[in-house]
Amino acid sequence: MENQEMSKLNRDELKAFREDKINKFTVESNSGKTQIVIGVGTCGVAAGARETEKAFYDEISEQDIAGTTIVSETGCMGFCYSEPTVEVKVPGMPSVIYGDVDEKVAREIVKKHIQEKSVLNSHVFARPASDIISETEKGTDYKQFRIVLRNCGIIDPEKINEYIARDGYKALERAVFEMTGDDIINELKVSGLRGRGGAGFPTWMKWNFTKQVDNDSKYIVCNADEGDPGAYMDRSTLEGDPHSILEAMTIAGYCINAGKGYIYIRAEYPLAIERLKIAMKQSRELGLLGNNILGSDFNFDIEIRLGAGAFVCGEETALLESIEGERGMPNPRPPFPVVKGVWGDPTIINNVETWASIPVIINKGGEWFSSIGTEDTKGTKVFALTGKIKNSGLVEVPMGTTLREIIYDIGGGIPNGRAFKAVQTGGPSGGVITKEYLDTPIDYKSLQELGSIMGSGGMIVLSEDDCVVDVAKFYLGFTIDESCGKCSPCRVGGRVLYNILEKIIKGEGEPEDLDRMRTIGDTMQKASLCGLGQTSPNPILSTLRYFEDEYLAHVNDKKCPAKKCKPLITFEVIPDACTGCTLCARKCPVNAISGDRKQVHLINQGACIKCGECFNVCNFDAILIK
Amino acid sequence: MSVTSIEEIKFSNELISFINEWKNQPGNLIMVLHRVQEEFSYIPGTAAKKVSEMLGVSLSKIYGVITFYHYFKLEKPGKHNIQVCMGTACYLKGGEDLVDELENVLGIGVNQVTDDGKFSIEAVRCVGCCGLAPVVVIGGKVFGKLTKKKLPEVLANFED
Repeated sequence: MENQEMSKLNRDELKAFREDKINKFTVESNSGKTQIVIGVGTCGVAAGARETEKAFYDEISEQDIAGTTIVSETGCMGFCYSEPTVEVKVPGMPSVIYGDVDEKVAREIVKKHIQEKSVLNSHVFARPASDIISETEKGTDYKQFRIVLRNCGIIDPEKINEYIARDGYKALERAVFEMTGDDIINELKVSGLRGRGGAGFPTWMKWNFTKQVDNDSKYIVCNADEGDPGAYMDRSTLEGDPHSILEAMTIAGYCINAGKGYIYIRAEYPLAIERLKIAMKQSRELGLLGNNILGSDFNFDIEIRLGAGAFVCGEETALLESIEGERGMPNPRPPFPVVKGVWGDPTIINNVETWASIPVIINKGGEWFSSIGTEDTKGTKVFALTGKIKNSGLVEVPMGTTLREIIYDIGGGIPNGRAFKAVQTGGPSGGVITKEYLDTPIDYKSLQELGSIMGSGGMIVLSEDDCVVDVAKFYLGFTIDESCGKCSPCRVGGRVLYNILEKIIKGEGEPEDLDRMRTIGDTMQKASLCGLGQTSPNPILSTLRYFEDEYLAHVNDKKCPAKKCKPLITFEVIPDACTGCTLCARKCPVNAISGDRKQVHLINQGACIKCGECFNVCNFDAILIK
Repeated sequence: MSVTSIEEIKFSNELISFINEWKNQPGNLIMVLHRVQEEFSYIPGTAAKKVSEMLGVSLSKIYGVITFYHYFKLEKPGKHNIQVCMGTACYLKGGEDLVDELENVLGIGVNQVTDDGKFSIEAVRCVGCCGLAPVVVIGGKVFGKLTKKKLPEVLANFED
């Protein structure tokens, strides 16, 4: 395929093409050749996937099995904590996923698994979810359910034929030839799909509004400005399955009769941009994008517009400004983008995850989709599970899964025997959820009731070592830096809140500060112009709600219970434990520790900069943090 | 951004044809600025002036856009720009300690360049490698699960 001249396909040709590719896909998988599939998302590459790949090639050629072995690449499998990950399919053996495959392990896999047919048990990982496309391994008890990530870790994202072989562009074909715009909207309505960017607005309504506006030109926008620090669901989806986004946007174009789409993506995601460009080129060559799509009279094309590092541009009116090459300042709504969007024309803006769900809804039907999830929220949600968690990575679960299942069953709990403190969802716009609520089934409504939000999918686990005041300050520092400055509740309110937090962390807080923060936060929520300002006090308000004690400890007792806030802690030598080995004195960067050999040491509190080096190096646990 | 300089800045042919290609497309400014920064590693004042002439956009508007977005730089970064991730996961796992240590080792602050022009430090938002936190990115290569101790070893890769 890659070497052949590509030509535009009509509907029947696409069907024939798919049949052919399905056969090839399975032939390659099952006809005597061994397949090694390496995850090469950003995390994988960062962890050394390229070196691993080279080691495979080297060992394969040393063992002289190049003729019977295929090495290929795929997107993120979701096991970020154990990258590089590799799937090995040897004929006659069950397929095996390996984690932590460095060059040495790669060579061992070739020798032991492929040559001697013996699995390296210490590196084996369980498959995260069943495959909704091939529908194999049904009924097995998987915690995860992959709709958005259905192709990630399975197909090579740079090969359109692999996407097509897995029902790719089938939804587009069905939409264009068998459905009217209203049929599509109805299918979305039945599905219950709501926007995955955070706000959870029903997708069908957005499309329907845009469709009903009488205007010659309309636009489709994919919001890939994933700015929540600690979230990378969209990046992984774009890197692992770029065609799913193109297909969905094209379906939307057909639905509302738009001719052009924009993908607004962070410039910080070079690999995702590269793969989108490759995918767009391939789709144009096959007539799946451009004029007369699949031989019909429908024309649609997509252009990439780069973001430039402004969190506020995730807000849709700011995003529109940025697409138009302007400073990304939000505008009051109404008018909403569905009426007045890019260049003043009606525009559908959806987030990456929302787009990625749409081809599946068209293929399997809205009813199938709505059978997954809860009464309030249908379908699945991808979370980037990070922070103090053993198995950090991407997880996709049905709505209604509990936080406990995500954090303990999938995430493996908190490392180093530390205790769970809270989980932060929704990033800088969200809040914390505590131990008492771990059994809450997740959906838009339940999280909101707990004072947090679903958000775009960042899920940060905090342990007893993390200070909530410090975390609140981290998020607020982010939002004041990202505030565009247009409206004063956000610009001024955020700064004042930040100053109060700094004061508290320095041990200069007063009891009235807590109510002061609540009042300012409340005003910001009500009076800010856009979502950024309206939600930026949330991390404070929610930590105040659940951890008021901890704030009070900072304010009244001048103590940081998590021992994180440096101005409120002291390092002391425990005389009974100190052996006088002098290690801490030698390591102290400011020479604040004195004491003779074999004598109890002493820390000069006036000189100590609280770097914690003495605590880290002491072999006798003789340093106490108070 | 100095705009008084009369020296002419040279754009490569690829850059010129990129700008010409985008010239008549609406909303081209950010895309053009990205391409300029790709060429110079920052946006020199003279380059902004030239872009202003080529696109027929006022320099003040260009300055406004450059300063609004974190990604665009007005100062030339070091040959090896060290980007320390300050996303949530990296922050919780000690990203700040890495910044402190880099400042110590290199003797410069964030957004500053060493005297020999070799290194600069930048604190960046999430690079999306939270599973490897804390991370730094140098020249597009990600170094994960870093500690203060490992930093000199990482910097040694860029001693040229």
